Parts: sequence; structure tokens; C-alpha cells
Amino acid sequence: MSTSTFERKPPIKLAELSSLSPAELAAVNGVLAKLKDAPGALLPVLHGIQDALGFVPKDAVPIVAKAMNLSRAEVHGVISFYHWYRTEKPGEHVIHLCRAEACQAVGGRALEQHVKTTLGIDFHETTADGRYTLEPAYCLGNCAVGPSLLIDMELKGRVTPTRFDRLTGAVA
Amino acid sequence: MKPIPAPITIYVPRDSAAISLGADDVAIAIAAEAARLGVAIHLVRNSSRGLFWLEPLVEVATEAGRIGYGPVQPEDVASLFAAGLGNAHALNIGIVDELPYLKTQERLTFARAGITDPVSLDDYLAHGGYRGLKNALAMAPEAIVAAVTESGLRGRGGAAFPAGIKWKTVLGAEGAQKYIVCNADEGDSGTYADRMVCEGDPFLLIEGMTIAGLAVGATRGYIYLRCEYPYGQRALEEAIASAYASGWLGANIQGSAKRFDLEVRMGAGAYICGEETSLLESLEGKRGMVRFKPPLPAIKGLFGCPTVINNVITLASVPVILDKGAEYYKHFGVGRSRGTLPVQLAGNVKFGGLVEKAFGVTLRDLLYTYGGGTLSGKPIRAVQVGGPLGSYIPESQFDLPLDYEAYARLNNMVGHGGITVFDSSVDMAEQARFSMEFCATESCGKCTPCRIGSTRGMEVIDKLVAGDQPVKQEALLRDLCDTMLAGSLCALGGMAPFPVLSALNHFPEDFRPQPEMLEKAS
Repeated sequence: MSTSTFERKPPIKLAELSSLSPAELAAVNGVLAKLKDAPGALLPVLHGIQDALGFVPKDAVPIVAKAMNLSRAEVHGVISFYHWYRTEKPGEHVIHLCRAEACQAVGGRALEQHVKTTLGIDFHETTADGRYTLEPAYCLGNCAVGPSLLIDMELKGRVTPTRFDRLTGAVA
Repeated sequence: MKPIPAPITIYVPRDSAAISLGADDVAIAIAAEAARLGVAIHLVRNSSRGLFWLEPLVEVATEAGRIGYGPVQPEDVASLFAAGLGNAHALNIGIVDELPYLKTQERLTFARAGITDPVSLDDYLAHGGYRGLKNALAMAPEAIVAAVTESGLRGRGGAAFPAGIKWKTVLGAEGAQKYIVCNADEGDSGTYADRMVCEGDPFLLIEGMTIAGLAVGATRGYIYLRCEYPYGQRALEEAIASAYASGWLGANIQGSAKRFDLEVRMGAGAYICGEETSLLESLEGKRGMVRFKPPLPAIKGLFGCPTVINNVITLASVPVILDKGAEYYKHFGVGRSRGTLPVQLAGNVKFGGLVEKAFGVTLRDLLYTYGGGTLSGKPIRAVQVGGPLGSYIPESQFDLPLDYEAYARLNNMVGHGGITVFDSSVDMAEQARFSMEFCATESCGKCTPCRIGSTRGMEVIDKLVAGDQPVKQEALLRDLCDTMLAGSLCALGGMAPFPVLSALNHFPEDFRPQPEMLEKAS
């Protein structure tokens, strides 16, 4: 049997490049150590990471997958299914603006336009100066005193365009 | 010489709706003003009465009862003290319990709303809390299930399935481990009763779930709470820790050797996870994809085990049934709709708030006697009952009594009891389009009618309104709605056509193209 001129070499195993800083890595591992063994722990783990870092970095996916004995696709699939999880670093302040019917009935659509124009961004975007990230919400449970928004997880009701400008002025 | 007066008790709600209007700042201002004047006060952060147009509603305990002031802003605080707490003031609304809005309600589930400090176990016990569980601890599981069945309680999340029958199935199911899951993924716009229980009376939900655990032999419970409710999460976790510390949760509930463990799990912004099988997938750490039924969750639910899954209000209605008896609960209501429903008035309404009434109350009564018409002062044009999947109801149907069957006969839905009011400025074609857009955004994607139909629905409505072959488009839209109604796997795709069709049927004029649109089209 003649030897082939093409020899199959074992694939070179490169160390996985990770963009996570040591602090981010420590946060991810800390959350995993604390939560990963609870039944059905993936959502709590992802919440833990996002609460600590503000988002779920894409390089956290293989770490979570390995620690929880899941495939990367499973972890990625869960992150992409749920609107709450973010894979990009958000701005300094995150605004969740309600788009749902009860807020629409009291000027929610006009407020939405005002917010987008004032900040100069659409939903899921961050202002160029990195101050604000705008996300849509479908109901914040404040339906008797809308339009409503969450700013850094604090609920605000009866938000007129003027009140919105005051709120952003206050946290700027 | 006068005796030194005891500290005055002042209440400022910690409900997030009150906070959204400035309650935290008011509480700070009250503490500061009292300190400045050297007045001894006892500041209680209570739950909300549910009279949201009055929030922040400050109450002062007097011998005659609790006097209310509302809505109070921080700059009003100095004048409240200057007038003398409990005395006449422009914001004084009198004795809160005597307000007709409250006095004419039948508050069974919300008996403690606005009265107690939500995270105080002592307050809960002093106001009738845990009496239902004490009774349940002395009963056989079958007897607890029988009481819930006998009460006529139906699922308050929207599907209105008899709670007792669900529990009986789980009780009879084989399984080493069973679960109680509370659906607190209250995603329907116009509803906030679940939020008010989680934030305002968390022990009530804990008690209801513990009773459910005893009834079916489940030792573990989860509250699946939407992440848009951070205030509810904090209140529930604080209450659960306190219930564990006092032996109301854990391995040996009040020395009975019965076990029940409970934890809060947060959702992640997916409306579909309010659908029970999708919620269970999510609790298992997966994408919230709807499951095929059967098997029912009662047989194979969370982690494949028999599971009771009920909405917050269903579980929160159980303690009063076990405390006062099935007969007491059942005597409220009409037809097959027994007990009370906490109705939530929302949107463009003057007096928006929580109205817990026995079934049978008419929409007109709710909208005008309680709601006082619109906030804008314009006439009411349409109300959406039952959340984003509920139909838009016109004035001609306002005499409809609140009753699951009466609503269903007209293709309407009681749902979770949210009523969103729209005034005459509403564009119903825009609302119909939003229903389709919402369905497209929130569809889990498992079935075609919902995943594709919702996007096609938006396109067809756009063409219809633009005057592009309107007769054909309307026929197409109706056909599409029919496919979604009959062919979707769950209620999202299966009910999103209700608001669309009701808007089209009751307000056809809004779907006719505007003259300038016609010009553009030609």
C-alpha cells in the first residue's frame, strides 16, 4: 500500500480566545458557582450575569454551556428567545418604555415618538454618547396611571414628554 | 398639663404605582418635616388601596378612622403638618374606608389592600392572615380539594378552568414529586392585580400556594414572576424569608410535619411565558416554546411531574375559601361565575383603579359609576377587556354583565379582568394593526398560523387602510383570522384575531381609506 503524499495531521487545538476581562470572567464564574446546580437554572444564571455585567457577553456562552453541560446552541437559543437578555453592553441608563394598549390610550404613541426623537435612537439602540439605551416593554403593570416607563428599573407613571425631559435631565 | 401625645401613625404606600407618582419622595419629605417640627410619627409603608388617581395617597390614623390625603406631592407635606394631621386641608378626602368607590366593593381577595404593611407577618396575622392554612392543616387533602371545587373558583388567569378539578387531577396523579407553580407572568396590558398581590400582600400568595401544596401532596412551589416587576420580586422574597423564619414555610409547617418549599423565579420579558406550558419550559431553563397538550401539566408538568399551575389571583383566592368556607365564597357571583373578580380599570379612565366585585356587575357600572368616564373628558369609544387578546367592546355592549359565559357568547373575554378604556380619539385600525404586531413580536414560533399569520395580518391591514383593493383585503383578513383562530397551538395566535375582528366589525369606518390615501393609491 503506497503512502499517500497527503498526510492527515491532527487538528491544531487553539486556545479559545475570550474577550472577557478577568473581572467579567470572575463574575460569570461566581454566578455559575452559586446557581448552576438548581433545577432549571439557566434563566437564573443568565439573569445573574446580566445583573452583574449589564449584559450577557457572547464569550460567556461557552463558559455557561460547559459548566451546565449544555450545548452552546442551547444557551444561545435561550438568550436569543427572551427579549430581556442583552448581548451588547448597554448605556449608562436603561429605559424600558411601555408600548402596550393602556399606555397607548393616554398618549403612549406620542411619548414614544418624543423619546425616540429626543434621544435620537430607535428601540434596542444606545445613544452615541453611551448615556441611554432604549428598550420597548409590553406592560409594566402601571396601567391606571400611564404612560409608564422603567428607568434603571425604577417605575415612573404619567410620563408626559415634559416629564420625560425632566427625568432624563435628573439622571444625566 | 397635657400628656405627651403618642406618635401619629402615617401611611405612605410602597406599591410601585404609588412610587411611580412620587410616594418615596413623599415618605422622605414626611419624615424630614416631622423631624424638623419634633413631632413623633410612626411611618408605615403600606400597600395600595388601588385608588390610583389619588396616589400617592397618604393616610393618617385618627380615632374616627384613617383620614386620607391625595394625591400628595413632596411640596404639600409642610402644609399637611401646618394644618394639623387629620384636620381640614385641600387634599383631605375624608375617611378612606367610607369612600363610595371602596365601600361598595366586595373585597375578598384584596381584603388587606392598602391596610397593612405587606412584608409584616405580624400585620398579616393580625388581619386574618393564615386562618385558611390553619384550617387546611387539620383537613385531609381530599377535603381541601372538595372545598375549592365546591366554591366554584375558576382560573383567574383567563382560561377560567375550574381550579378544584385541576387540583383533583394532580391529587390523583402518581408521582414521587409534585409541584405548585404560580403564574405571575402578568403580561396583559390593562392588568395589574397580580402585581398588587405580589407587592401588596405577598403572604396571601404564599398561603394560597401552601394550601395548594397540602391539597395535592406537592412539597415544592415556584412563583414565575415577570422581570418587569422588580418591586414585586423584592416584596415576595422578603415575605418568603420571613415565612421560613417563622415556620410558615419549610420542612415542618407550624409543627405539622408537613413540608412546603417556595422560591421566586424571574421571567425574561417573553409574553408567551404566561401560557402555562411555555412557562413550564421556561422554568426548566429552556426557550419558552408552547408544548402540545395532552399530556396536561396536571399529569406531566414541570420536569415531567404532576403540577398545579394557577394564576396569582386564583391562588390568592384560596385562603378566604378555606377560612370562611366554600359556601361563603360561592354566594357571590352569577351563573357559573362564582365569587369575585378584581377588575382593573386602566387606560384613559378618570378614576383608574382596582374594583373587586362579585360577578354580574355591568361594564357600564364599572366604566361610569367607578371609572367616572375618560380621563380626557371625551366620550368612551371602545374598551378592551381581557388584555391584548381580548376584543374591543363598543358602547352598544356596555350592559353586558361580568360573567364568563355571557362574555364568551359575544366573542368577548373576561380574561384577567383588565379593562382598558379608549376615548373618541382612538384609531381602531391602528389598534387592530398593533394586535397583529404584538402577536408577531411575542409569538414563540412553534406554529405557522401564529408565526406567519401575525406578520401577514399587519401587511393586509396596511393595504386595507391604504385603499389597495379594500374588498379583497378585508376578505383576506377575515380568512386569515379564521385560520389563526382555528389553527393555532395556543391562545396567542388563537385569540389575537379577537381584537382585530372586533375592531373591524364594530368600527368599520376606521378601516376605510382616508381620501389622501386613495389619491396616493391611484
